Amino acid sequence: MTDSSLHDPPRSAAELDERQPQGQWPPSEEMLAEPVPSDIQEASKERLRAAWKTPTGIRYLSAVNNSVIGKWYSLTAFGFMLAAGVLALLMRVQLAVPENDFLSSDRFNQFFTMHGSAMMFLFAVPMFEAISILLLPAMLGSRDMPFPRLSAYGYWCFLIGGVFVLGSVLFDAAPSSGWFMYPPLATEDEGVGSDIWLLGLSFIEIASIAAAVELIVGVIKCRPPGMRINLMPLYGWYVLVVGGMILFAFPPLIAGDLLFELERSLNWPFFDPERGGDPLLWQHLFWIFGHPEVYIIFLPSIAIASMVVPTAAGRPIVGYSWIVLSAVGTGFISFGLWVHHMFTTGLPAISLGFFSAASEAVVIPTGVQIFAFIATLMVGRVTVILPTLWIAGAVAIFTAGGLTGVMVALAPFDWQVHDTYFIVAHLHYTLFGGMVFPIIGGIYYFYPFITKKKMSERLGRWSFWVTFIGFNVCFLPMHLTGLLGMPRRVWTYPGDLGWDWLNMISTVGSFVIAAGILIFAWDLLRPKGRQTLTERNPWNAGTLEWSHDVPTEAWGARSVPFVTSRYPLWDQPEIVERMDAGRFYLGDAPEGRRETLITSAVDAIPQLVVRVTGPAWCTLVAAAFTGGAFILPTFGIYGPAIVCGVLAIATVIWWLWTATAIIPDKVMKDVGLGLTLPTYVSGPKAPGWWAIFITMLGDATAFAGLIFGVFFFWTARPDFPPDGAAHASAALTTTAGVLLAGTWLSTWFARGLHRAGHVTIARALLIAAPIMASGGAASLIGAVWFPGLQPATHAYPAMMCALVVWSVAHILCGAIMQGYCLARSLAGRMLPEFDADLWNTTLYWHFQGVSGIVTSLMIGLVPRVM
Amino acid sequence: MKIGIALALTVVLASCEGRQSVLSPAGRDAEVLANLFWWMLGGAVVLWLFVNGLMLYFSRIRRKRHSLRVAQWFIFMCGVVLPTTVLAGLLIFALREMPQQREPGEGLTLRVTGESWWWRVEYWPDGADEPVTTANEIRLPAGSRSEIELAANGVIHSFWIPALGGKTDMIPGRVNRMSLEPTAPGTYRGQCAEFCGLSHAHMALEAVVMAPEEFERWLGAEARDARAPEGAEAKRGKQLFLSQGCGGCHTVRGTPATARVGPDLTHLGGRKSLAAGMLPMDRQSLVGWLSAPESIKPGVNMPGYDHLPPADLQALAAYLEGLT
Repeated sequence: MTDSSLHDPPRSAAELDERQPQGQWPPSEEMLAEPVPSDIQEASKERLRAAWKTPTGIRYLSAVNNSVIGKWYSLTAFGFMLAAGVLALLMRVQLAVPENDFLSSDRFNQFFTMHGSAMMFLFAVPMFEAISILLLPAMLGSRDMPFPRLSAYGYWCFLIGGVFVLGSVLFDAAPSSGWFMYPPLATEDEGVGSDIWLLGLSFIEIASIAAAVELIVGVIKCRPPGMRINLMPLYGWYVLVVGGMILFAFPPLIAGDLLFELERSLNWPFFDPERGGDPLLWQHLFWIFGHPEVYIIFLPSIAIASMVVPTAAGRPIVGYSWIVLSAVGTGFISFGLWVHHMFTTGLPAISLGFFSAASEAVVIPTGVQIFAFIATLMVGRVTVILPTLWIAGAVAIFTAGGLTGVMVALAPFDWQVHDTYFIVAHLHYTLFGGMVFPIIGGIYYFYPFITKKKMSERLGRWSFWVTFIGFNVCFLPMHLTGLLGMPRRVWTYPGDLGWDWLNMISTVGSFVIAAGILIFAWDLLRPKGRQTLTERNPWNAGTLEWSHDVPTEAWGARSVPFVTSRYPLWDQPEIVERMDAGRFYLGDAPEGRRETLITSAVDAIPQLVVRVTGPAWCTLVAAAFTGGAFILPTFGIYGPAIVCGVLAIATVIWWLWTATAIIPDKVMKDVGLGLTLPTYVSGPKAPGWWAIFITMLGDATAFAGLIFGVFFFWTARPDFPPDGAAHASAALTTTAGVLLAGTWLSTWFARGLHRAGHVTIARALLIAAPIMASGGAASLIGAVWFPGLQPATHAYPAMMCALVVWSVAHILCGAIMQGYCLARSLAGRMLPEFDADLWNTTLYWHFQGVSGIVTSLMIGLVPRVM
Repeated sequence: MKIGIALALTVVLASCEGRQSVLSPAGRDAEVLANLFWWMLGGAVVLWLFVNGLMLYFSRIRRKRHSLRVAQWFIFMCGVVLPTTVLAGLLIFALREMPQQREPGEGLTLRVTGESWWWRVEYWPDGADEPVTTANEIRLPAGSRSEIELAANGVIHSFWIPALGGKTDMIPGRVNRMSLEPTAPGTYRGQCAEFCGLSHAHMALEAVVMAPEEFERWLGAEARDARAPEGAEAKRGKQLFLSQGCGGCHTVRGTPATARVGPDLTHLGGRKSLAAGMLPMDRQSLVGWLSAPESIKPGVNMPGYDHLPPADLQALAAYLEGLT
């Protein structure tokens, strides 16, 4: 039946444009009620199992399935957390008594820098992405993430980068200027520490953005048929909000990292006030990232709580739309708070007042989310399960952190407590309450979903109470330590200021926390081989992930369900049985391929069935070479680094060439329930197009960060540009602008003409386009080269040259994409009716064309007007 | 039980005393902020008990279901109305207070520059053409607001004397300003609050608040050249000071030593501490510092003089101690 109604391939592009989903939508109740014969069930299970088989032996490392990658990812992040925790314990030993010399000053500085950096970049953000990769497809009844190989690539980048950055501690070479890396201290740092931070973490940030792109596309395009956006589990909303925040928060930091590394390796003085720079530019770029980061860490925990609380209350969440609005509101407001990390930098009172008010305002959406949970408990009949204990502990700790947050958001009060132990206490209350406790609660909750075993109730209670008590013993006294005047980041302190006994208490508490976490770690990792499998839905939850049954089946949902409720397992009584029977969509894999459904962004109407990529080594190889390109320059090894970079690009091209936008054998496919869907779409219906679009939004944000830098200097420095400074050549920047507009339009026209069947003209345009792009890049370089802009002399030429560096790298990337399309066309892998590559390249150039022209104006015209 | 709590409270309150404590204010601004803190603490405790009490009540004690309508009102009242009211009140107070704490000074201007890891201090009395330079200790007249200009050399530091008021960063390439209005004469301790490298923990300063007329007298004395050494040992110490090249970095006004790389030592012996709040000002500390500064302050720029015979170190210390 599944094989019956395939169409012949259409012959013309016009016919293709009319290629639309055909057949029955939405499915009728009779169709859903029709049983599937058991022999068909077994045969299709067999085929699905073969298609989704996780490779074994050494080939296990080539796996890309979300359940495998998610597990690796979360265990790795947990491991990094434990390592960063050990650093904290060593620091607490040093601070236990005054005038201690257990650690040297330098060692202590390395430890607190790495503790913060690792907890933020190697634990908090990746942990969210890891758990989401693991859970999201199941919550959406989807087979896998839309781009499994991208998840795998992201994971390998994360592992390599994390081991490199964290490993530097063992060689006494770790960064030691604080996780915030303020220049000039960090720029003038001798040794490789700062470079390890910049390059190693930029590498990981890129992996984080890749995962965010994938998660966003997953939420927008991979929901099950019928799950309109207002029926989506709240977790999905949080993924969307947090993914969006990562997308707009990380790029300014990447722009900052680029400037920073240019200063360190080429002596371009962006942050050096002697040569027209300003250390405050870094602080702005860092905190534009750094404050949303706090909410990037916190919101996923609310997301977990929003799954646990309805289950505990035994009823749907109260105030679904309030929570969604609050989550979105928190996301927006969090971008308007960054200056509250800079209240003491001497900014004008008007800015302080504005950011003080905004910082208080964010309390409101945060409060609404917490009160919505309490309201759900009010309305429901609460079953106390172990995860709720952790969630309740989280609320207790987080509200305390939130209340001190209200205090420090008041600028005058912050002048007293900024950079003291009061802040250390505040931030640990928010992060333990807003991240560690909910995550552990979430692990207790979701563990049976992942392994079909349960963690121990007894150990869970022990670890909760030990951690909870230890936490308060450690961090509650720190409020007072800070008020008594103890600054942060001091490696030792005198004994006569009343700080000694407080520090001793905190140190004792820190070891109690460690004991609690160890109990948890033991419970998590101890072998549970003999334990019998739990029932399918042990908490009696209402969302789709609990429809999963046997853990060895890697196919995700047995068939992709038709969803009409927020809590389908509660409201659609036959859904699990029908999913199991393969009654719903994609219940079979007749061609032995991995496939998943793509639905429309808002109403989740089925649009497309796409082939999902399977196990591959190219992801691991590409990550290794990317790692080389980032890590080797840390040690000044530039030649091999460039080779690694080229090989990384080559591997990625190989990966794309062999696995993406493959012309299907059959253009339409019966997906079950009388619905026939296309198997290939290009443009805005395709997940790949969305991925490019979302990535480019992030990329454009980084570019905006650089433009912000130009205007920041212009307003903050009277000598920007300095009198009589050499400007970029007007003629060459104009040429560059024209050539970039030309290459952009050529690509655009090539797409249209190609679709209309004018393949030869399109190819000619695709030959001309990279030539014009290269010409544009060369003109930009010439524009700053010939007038003799010397970037090492002043921040002005440095900033202009940084814009050129950014643009040239992007233009070359765009030229490679144009060449790739040409090659695909010549190789017969891109036809007028199968032109996703060209659509995606054109989309890239829509962004790059604009930013290239803006660059030309910024270096050629704007400084002359300033 | 009650006695236990009372005892604990006494201990906690007693511990709020301290030379570097936000909670034992000696200036107008610090006092306002300490009071603000106690009020906010009270409010925070009430709100914390409220939220967590509700959580406990609805999940453990009252198992009867409420209606959805009640729950939605509850979200609106507790999530929107309550915080908006409380926060608006707090903000209005804080935003009105902010400019008062940054009022311009009433006469005296101090210019403090953060160095690695010490403080360069210049006094500019109203109408002065040139400053009185000193280091690592600031003195302020009680009862009036003094203007403070903040600069930095090299890396970012932050100027903070908790008993007098909030902190402001010292940023290379910028000049920040703040002001302080001390009320109670006494000696307080300040410390650099922005991480500034190896000896960030060792960058403190003494803040001495004096009665106004006493302050004027002190400033008059501080403006004078260094006092000549008394006694043979101190005289030999002065010669050593000049011959060992100490003047390559330091100034002692009235002698050939006029460099400005390190702290001005003209009235070193008159200060309350040595090495930016690290050591008491006495002979033994001076000898210890001169022979091995690195052991007291990791990364310090000053070289050690432990190659000199002990008698020479004693002589140098005698000279410096006499510079009152």
